[in-house]
Amino acid sequence: MSTPRYVLDVSVLPNYGYGTRSLTWWGLMGMIAIESTVFVLAVGTYFYLMAQVSEWPPGRRPPDLEYGTVFTGVLLLSLIPNIWLQRQAEHERLPQVRVGLVIMSLIGVIASVVRAFEFTVLNVTWYDNAYGSIVLMLLGLHTVHVLTDLYDSLVLTVLMFTDHAKARRYVDTAENATYWYFVVYAWLPIYVVLYWLPRWTQ
Amino acid sequence: MSTIASGILPPDVRPAEREREATYDGESLDEVSTAQQLEKTWATPRGLWGWLTTVDHKQVGRRYIVTAFVFFLLAGVLAVLMRLQLIKADNGFIGPDLYNQIFTMHGSTMMFLFAVPVMEAMAVYLVPLMVGTRAIAFPRLNAFSYWIYLFGGIMLWTAFAFDIGPDTGWFAYVPLSGPAYASGKRVDFWAQMITFTEVAALAIAVEIIGTVLKLRAPGMTLNRIPLFVWSMFVMALMVMVAMPAVMLSSTCLIMDRLVGTHFFNPAEGGDALLWQHLFWFFGHPEVYIIFIPALGFISAIVETFSKRPVFGYPYMVLALIATGFFGFGLWVHHMFATGLPHLGSSFFTAASMAIAIPSGLQIFCWIATLWSGKPVFHTPLLFVVGFFVIFVLGGLTGVMLASIPMDLQVHDTYFVVAHFHYVLIGGGVFPLFGAFYYWFPKITGKRLSETLGKWNFWIFFVSFNITFFPMHILGLAGMPRRVYTYQAGLGWDGLNLLATIGGMGIVISVLLFIVNVVSSLRSAARAPSNPWSAATLEWATSSPPPSYNFAHIPFVTSAQPLWDQGEQLMYVRGLRVDKREILLTTPLDARPDLREPSPDPSIWPLLSALAVTALFIGSIFNPWAVVIGALPVAIALTGWFWPKRNEAMEVESA
Amino acid sequence: MLGVCGFMYALVLIFLIIAVIRARRATGPEMSRDHGLSKTLGLWVALIVVGLMGLTATSYLIDRQIAQAANNPDVKLQITAHQWWWDVEYLDADPSQHFHTANEIHVPVNSSVHVTLMADDVIHSFWVPSLHGKRDLIPGRPGSIDLRPERVGVYRGQCAEFCGAQHAKMALEIVVEDAATFAAWKTKQLETAPQPRDEHAARGLDVFMSSACTLCHNIAGTSASATLGPDLTHLASRRMLAAGALPNDRTHLIQWLSDPQSIKPGNHMPSLGLTADALDPLASYLETLR
Repeated sequence: MSTPRYVLDVSVLPNYGYGTRSLTWWGLMGMIAIESTVFVLAVGTYFYLMAQVSEWPPGRRPPDLEYGTVFTGVLLLSLIPNIWLQRQAEHERLPQVRVGLVIMSLIGVIASVVRAFEFTVLNVTWYDNAYGSIVLMLLGLHTVHVLTDLYDSLVLTVLMFTDHAKARRYVDTAENATYWYFVVYAWLPIYVVLYWLPRWTQ
Repeated sequence: MSTIASGILPPDVRPAEREREATYDGESLDEVSTAQQLEKTWATPRGLWGWLTTVDHKQVGRRYIVTAFVFFLLAGVLAVLMRLQLIKADNGFIGPDLYNQIFTMHGSTMMFLFAVPVMEAMAVYLVPLMVGTRAIAFPRLNAFSYWIYLFGGIMLWTAFAFDIGPDTGWFAYVPLSGPAYASGKRVDFWAQMITFTEVAALAIAVEIIGTVLKLRAPGMTLNRIPLFVWSMFVMALMVMVAMPAVMLSSTCLIMDRLVGTHFFNPAEGGDALLWQHLFWFFGHPEVYIIFIPALGFISAIVETFSKRPVFGYPYMVLALIATGFFGFGLWVHHMFATGLPHLGSSFFTAASMAIAIPSGLQIFCWIATLWSGKPVFHTPLLFVVGFFVIFVLGGLTGVMLASIPMDLQVHDTYFVVAHFHYVLIGGGVFPLFGAFYYWFPKITGKRLSETLGKWNFWIFFVSFNITFFPMHILGLAGMPRRVYTYQAGLGWDGLNLLATIGGMGIVISVLLFIVNVVSSLRSAARAPSNPWSAATLEWATSSPPPSYNFAHIPFVTSAQPLWDQGEQLMYVRGLRVDKREILLTTPLDARPDLREPSPDPSIWPLLSALAVTALFIGSIFNPWAVVIGALPVAIALTGWFWPKRNEAMEVESA
Repeated sequence: MLGVCGFMYALVLIFLIIAVIRARRATGPEMSRDHGLSKTLGLWVALIVVGLMGLTATSYLIDRQIAQAANNPDVKLQITAHQWWWDVEYLDADPSQHFHTANEIHVPVNSSVHVTLMADDVIHSFWVPSLHGKRDLIPGRPGSIDLRPERVGVYRGQCAEFCGAQHAKMALEIVVEDAATFAAWKTKQLETAPQPRDEHAARGLDVFMSSACTLCHNIAGTSASATLGPDLTHLASRRMLAAGALPNDRTHLIQWLSDPQSIKPGNHMPSLGLTADALDPLASYLETLR
């Protein structure tokens, strides 16, 4: 075989990068696109069912505000350590990343506990009526995301405290932080729809 | 040969340190040693373990295609049974319960287990080769996708084998499919099969997007991407937005049936039409998800056999995107008879008509390519011609159906059955067979017989029209869909008999295809790398490709690399040959950016798929399966993502 | 519509055929004519756009015309679809003018008929091809159509939305007749069932009352008043039995009564387990219900 013509030597290229340079970032964006579509359709379903009846919520009070609002507050505040952690990961500072991951894991646990209480003050169950069904569906969908991000954070925390704490684990940490942004931002419209819309339309 | 080292790195980044004892391609190794090393690094182990752990997109793609074809045959057998039952009035060959299961299984298998999977499978096999890379993005996810698809299909057909197959149609309208009127677990198997196949399809969509955006060969800018790749990219985007709708609706259905939610129960504020909106929001794009990849096949085949690039490349790309986009604005045309306000429905009439514009544009461009090129009518091109004749007719009956008054007469009749078989078979299956004939040498290293191919085509073409054309007339004569029998004296007998006879012809043509495939596989003749003298990169490597696809990553300077660069394709060197590595490039300009490790074979995708399958099937019977089943899934996914020891050796930083 | 679509199809085929024929001739000059093709492409797309706009506009206009609701309809019906039969109620401002029938509808010619459409169980679709487009009957979502029959005759219809096991055998008939015939039919329908006039029929009435029949069926003038199944008060006046599954004559009636499951497997009328000496008088009694 004759020697091929080479025009570039890529051996000088690094083998991981952050943000759009990372292949897994695009995979994450794909997943966010998919999950966003699910949320949009579920919220759309909420509006559709609302349009079918004259009284909303039908025959009962909207969910109590306390736990839902506390949860929203926890999530919004968590953006601060999340942004910080993402920067530390991109600069590959191990001690700070360890601290940040522990903090985010704790936040995830706290959020999950508050969410658990939120389920108890909805004033409706999924088998009461279609309103109850969609409320539980929306809350349940979001909870799945909170729990999976928590699990992901815990695994990363463990990894960063072992000798796996190198190189592309920092990328994974930065991308896990991106996923948490999605969990927070996706919650905000759902919070308004579940808690405030029924109060505004009563 | 130039080493443009400083030119390809961003100015503030210093070149990476070379790892000790690493071997890169294009350096000290000659071509033979390079090939040997690469084979050692990229080959999947032989035997059962290798088969279970492979992450090679070509192996996964092949088994996906074969499995989808098996489902095609199974669904085809069901079609034959239906035609035999309908061959005459008041026939007693198959009773109503079995017939209703059969037409449900036929539609569900064709749509969910054959059509979308086979299109995605062709993408899985061909896209990495066409963009000039060694592997698909997320190879383990690819393997996982196959297992999930397989297990979902097996679950559904096992239920059918035990006479508890779904029987409410492939779109399972509520309340018929709800807890009050569909007893047992039949519909639950159907709804959960949706979850399986939708997860599989979404996984592949993400891989395709990753591959097309990040793994293209250097120099393959957006305007040099083959039309086939564009069509798969548009399909993948559509999958990501459409599949969630059916996932949501089928989950709501399972919940109504299993845990007492009221999404579709009008007595408690739910709505039967909510199902239809959610389902058709998926269902209409679904058919474009099947159709758009076929358009990619057509472009590839027309280009190669006309010996010129497809005319109007930018228009073709825009037409694909427009079709994909418009496809989401048509769904209410399935609901014209439900009494929705006419003003809103009229919007969907306009949109359903408008989607003919990009399709019409594409038809012109292809025929113009044939017109101004030097076409040779080998079997792949014959199937393309079949596509033109059949699909365009189906598209035109679609334009008719877009009109509300027309639709209110022929909706839910055999006219619609004729329409969608013309567009799905004409627009999907004919291009698919053309693609099989075209890429068979590449995938298997053997050539299919031209003579058998021509017989295959003509018998298929003629039989198809004999089977389905009469159905237009049957629909106009008043015969509804989904009827297990019909009365004598309505005037439907003769055309039904004709359709059944045509159906037998289709069976013969498919058998001819299978004979062709089997005898070719047994033959010794080996196909060269580029038997059709085509232009795209998959033809630059051997037939079949080696496990590593290309010995060196190509560097492209045009959209028809093999025609424009001829024998002297240019290459990039510097990827490792002693571990799996692929080249990441930038999304728009395809500038080389990173060297990305690629996974070795792994058992975790299979284990994860088994865990997910247990969760999905368990949840048909008990909601707690979701909670309990989550544990094995978490363990399997953790095992999957847990980094290997040797990865910690990588210390190269950005 | 057929014309426009047919014309476009012919254009595509002609273009294709010429392209194929050209190919068979010897190799010609290279592809230097892309500029001409661009112009032709523009024309082609413009042609498609114009054609589609025409079809869309025509479609709107026709749709609008059909959808005009009638003022002061002459006849008002309420149809409730069940698995697998049609309950037809004739409405009137005067409650004494209400009556029920099943599967066979009579209307006067050249009248406007307002039909309210409801479903009791699953989605069905009301479709009488020669009289109107189809309309789905959806539980929880009543709808309506307006018929304007213009010619006397018998029009067959069939359920057009898959509704379960016996969707294939859920037909109906609309009998369009002149005003006098319709008035006579309506008067008869308003009457209660006659008393049986001979012993044979009386025995039949006994069989009816003592079997499971009364659990589902109504015969006005008797104590059988269930509404789960079709109203039988004027069964013998109808042309067909079991929603168009059988012609309405004695042989088929007995066939149906002895084993409904063999004719419409899965339908909600169970086999009654009656012997011939019960079936015979029962049929005779039912035949008196004109």
